[in-house]
Amino acid sequence: MTEKTTKSLLYLDGVSVSFDGFKALNSLSFIVEPGELRAIIGPNGAGKTTMMDIITGKTRPDAGAVFFKGDIDLTKKDEAEIAQLGIGRKFQKPTVFESHTVWDNLELALNRSRGVFATLFYRLTGEDKARIEEILTTVRLTARRDDLAANLSHGQKQWLEIGMLLAQEPELLLVDEPVAGMTDAETAETAVLLKEIARTRSVVVVEHDMGFIRDLGVKVTCLAEGSVLAEGSIDFVSNDPKVIENYLGR
Amino acid sequence: MITSFLIKSLDRTIVVTVAILLVLAALVPALNLLTAPDHPLHVPTYLVSLFGKYLTYALLALALDLVWGFCGILSLGHAAFFALGGYAMGMYLMRQIGARGSYGNPLLPDFMVFLNWKELPWFWYGFDMFWFAALMVVLVPGLIAFVFGWFAFRSRVNGVYLSIITQAMTYALLLAFFRNDMGFGGNNGLTDFKDILGFNIQADGTRAALFAASALALAVSLVITSGIVRSKFGKVLVALRDAESRTRFLGYRVEHMKLFAFTVSAMMAGVAGALYVPQVGIINPGEFEPGNSIEVVIWTAVGGRGTLIGPIVGAILVNGGKSIFTAAFPEFWLFALGGLFVLVTLFLPKGVVGTAQHYLARRRAYRETSRPENATGLADAEPLAAE
Repeated sequence: MTEKTTKSLLYLDGVSVSFDGFKALNSLSFIVEPGELRAIIGPNGAGKTTMMDIITGKTRPDAGAVFFKGDIDLTKKDEAEIAQLGIGRKFQKPTVFESHTVWDNLELALNRSRGVFATLFYRLTGEDKARIEEILTTVRLTARRDDLAANLSHGQKQWLEIGMLLAQEPELLLVDEPVAGMTDAETAETAVLLKEIARTRSVVVVEHDMGFIRDLGVKVTCLAEGSVLAEGSIDFVSNDPKVIENYLGR
Repeated sequence: MITSFLIKSLDRTIVVTVAILLVLAALVPALNLLTAPDHPLHVPTYLVSLFGKYLTYALLALALDLVWGFCGILSLGHAAFFALGGYAMGMYLMRQIGARGSYGNPLLPDFMVFLNWKELPWFWYGFDMFWFAALMVVLVPGLIAFVFGWFAFRSRVNGVYLSIITQAMTYALLLAFFRNDMGFGGNNGLTDFKDILGFNIQADGTRAALFAASALALAVSLVITSGIVRSKFGKVLVALRDAESRTRFLGYRVEHMKLFAFTVSAMMAGVAGALYVPQVGIINPGEFEPGNSIEVVIWTAVGGRGTLIGPIVGAILVNGGKSIFTAAFPEFWLFALGGLFVLVTLFLPKGVVGTAQHYLARRRAYRETSRPENATGLADAEPLAAE
């Protein structure tokens, strides 16, 4: 193991994966430091979602190394293990448990023992209750705690999902297009919330909305055709001629 | 730990249903045994056994509902677990016959003497003891479900594919049990039972006791199922039913959750089968017929899947209908059953009980919002009432 891997939280080196001959990721290398908030942009098919699939164990890479916290090899673990290690993921389409109440959604997400018998005999402790109430306040859903998640508006579902990620207490949070379909006001609020969350953990955000990324004001990585095209501040990346040709110019 | 699990399981519907079952367990045998045959309230023995049979069907449907209604596993092979439990009980009952069989062999059941077997196969050992047979009634279906589920859920077989292999499983068991050299009586199965726990199996008292045992088993299973469904584990089951991969990304081992529910469900089905066999007096490979498992799905759908009372109501309604219908128009029952399934799927997707619950909940919500002192809550509740 090199010196570099032990310091970073997430370390991808030379990761390649292809589906039916199409190279979704082509020798992608990418590092996230502890406490970093990182934005990822790129045209459709650049491999943004595939990269998240690989980090969370949904897809296995054909080649390359993926390490978490220095020496944990993520390519050898499945989704549940990786989630328990402290990597949370928010999907593009809000996926909350629609036939459960807002409260139950958060209770399920809470970072507690997740075995069969632990859940079978689980009792809501005062501590867990306080934690859920705190998250409800953060995501502004206290008034709707007993409503079914199915009855929430689109924006509220996104917020509930962010609340569920908070309940999971991950060290690394992967967020796929958090503001898709949100109003401008909601988008601005989400930027504030994400910055807030990034104070205590690392966050990787995939987003198309350039205004939103400017709001975040963080280091940006531009992907294209499965590898890193450019990396740096938003101004640096958006002035890069390769980025303009591949992504912004279109 | 266990107490809080049980207390959580009891809500009003469950308490009422358990109370009804307990009253039935006492009342029906009393009316059968203590009243004269010409008394207006007398329950004839054939009805006691018939309703006892319905209760075991209800237990089977409840078991299916745990995996189908709450966990999304459409098992088309649940009657196999029922039949396995039935065979375990049947083996005990065969050994109780002893030397009273047609061939008078004190050790070997008649069909083995007929096949010219000289000694008892090893897997028949121990079945002369009731406790051993009772253990096998839950262990054998549980073990088969565990092994089957272990492979199926680990390889993430889902949806239609899973349903098809459960169907294949019950069909494979059907073919296996048909073979004479399997040692389970082949085509004829196990029958001609004489005693259970030393009591004559034909006697009114035994029949009444079997009815009471079926009602009790259903009540106990209802409490256990309700406890499972209302625990956090039950919430995880519903979560993985609706969004399996999301549940995985929350860190839950979906395959373990499913495996536990599937195994518990198979054990309950086994108990149902074990209570069924002494009441109908026979168990044969026909019980593994794929059609039987599909019927269980229909009972559950008619009653309302995802509700606990639904499958019980559905099993009793459909089987009651079947008893009446097959007596009146024997050729048309299957058409009626198929038609019923289509109608329920089209017009009552939540089943009888599910639809009734939905209607009551809507009426309650409507009444609450129309009360003036609740006017502040109006804005929130409006979409629900306007549905």
